Amino acid sequence: MIEPDLTRIWVYLSASPLLGLTITLVAYSLAHRLYLRAGSNPLLNPVVTSVTALILFLLVTDTSYDDYFDGAQFVHFLLGPATVALAIPLYQQFDKLKQVWLPVTAALVTGVVIGAFSSVAIARLLGASLETQLSLAPKSVTAPVGMAISEQIGGLPSLTAALVVVTGIIGAVIGSKLFDLMGIRDDSVKGIAMGMTSHGIGTARAFQVSAQMGAFSGLAMALSAFLYSVFLPWLLSIAGVLA
Amino acid sequence: MQLINGMTLLLIYQLAGEVSVRLLGLPVPGPVMGMVMLFLTLMIRGRVVKAVEPASSALLSHLSLLFVPAGVGLIVHFSRLGNEWLPIGVTLLLSTIITMAVTALVMQWVTQLTARREPGHD
Repeated sequence: MIEPDLTRIWVYLSASPLLGLTITLVAYSLAHRLYLRAGSNPLLNPVVTSVTALILFLLVTDTSYDDYFDGAQFVHFLLGPATVALAIPLYQQFDKLKQVWLPVTAALVTGVVIGAFSSVAIARLLGASLETQLSLAPKSVTAPVGMAISEQIGGLPSLTAALVVVTGIIGAVIGSKLFDLMGIRDDSVKGIAMGMTSHGIGTARAFQVSAQMGAFSGLAMALSAFLYSVFLPWLLSIAGVLA
Repeated sequence: MQLINGMTLLLIYQLAGEVSVRLLGLPVPGPVMGMVMLFLTLMIRGRVVKAVEPASSALLSHLSLLFVPAGVGLIVHFSRLGNEWLPIGVTLLLSTIITMAVTALVMQWVTQLTARREPGHD
């Protein structure tokens, strides 16, 4: 008699947003614990392990992403207010920012241009479809903003969201190594480059290095999201990618 | 209660941002506009509004959790990834390294340039 009961329970769970929300939080908290236990090894970034575990779970239980997202959307939704909340570290670091506004502006403007062009150019060179190229263009922009930009320029917002996450992970994993190789020691420089490239995931990583690196990373993430949303459609049409 | 007040305030700013970009036809996403509006409010008031602190630090300290549902979205694009894994993978890796390195270099160069031009201001 146990078998049919379990099936009934599963039928209920798979149709309810409760499951998607709960497994997201459980997967993340386990992933976070694993990450801490491994001495904050960047390869075990909690986003990587929890996303992998959740994808495996969906595949094994034959659950569709739509059903999963019914629950997970409550977590996803918080990206909006989190973007608004970036105004606070931005304000708190404003005095420091005023002293370095010129290098920061120069770095971010160059970063946006290089980030957009390098992704479209490399993808095009390697024969990616136009849709994929356009979905890659805002890959360094924090998810809610990146998705909005992708939609605006004709990419696939959901593909962009996933590529944004992968870009964030790559930056968070290689960042410290890259800065070491380049001989960059200034935490404000590292923070700006990290936030510009790897948005929130990079910022989460930067806060582990130092509060200063985290604040500059958050700042770069917020300002570059702003610059990308204003300039990306325009840059792409100049480059002839968009008609 | 502070957490709820703070959350409410953040949502009000996001809502105001979403409405104003649509009303004015601005090319900026709503949450970014909301962030700009909150930033301007803080500048005008000259201090962080106490009510938003707990909610925003709760959100920002678990920022990476918020990306998980979007990351799981990779599952929908498995067939595209299967066909285009090489260009997508190479682009993500190379472009991320290039962007990060160039951004860091430009910031370092311009910092050194401005420091040299204004001796004693450092």
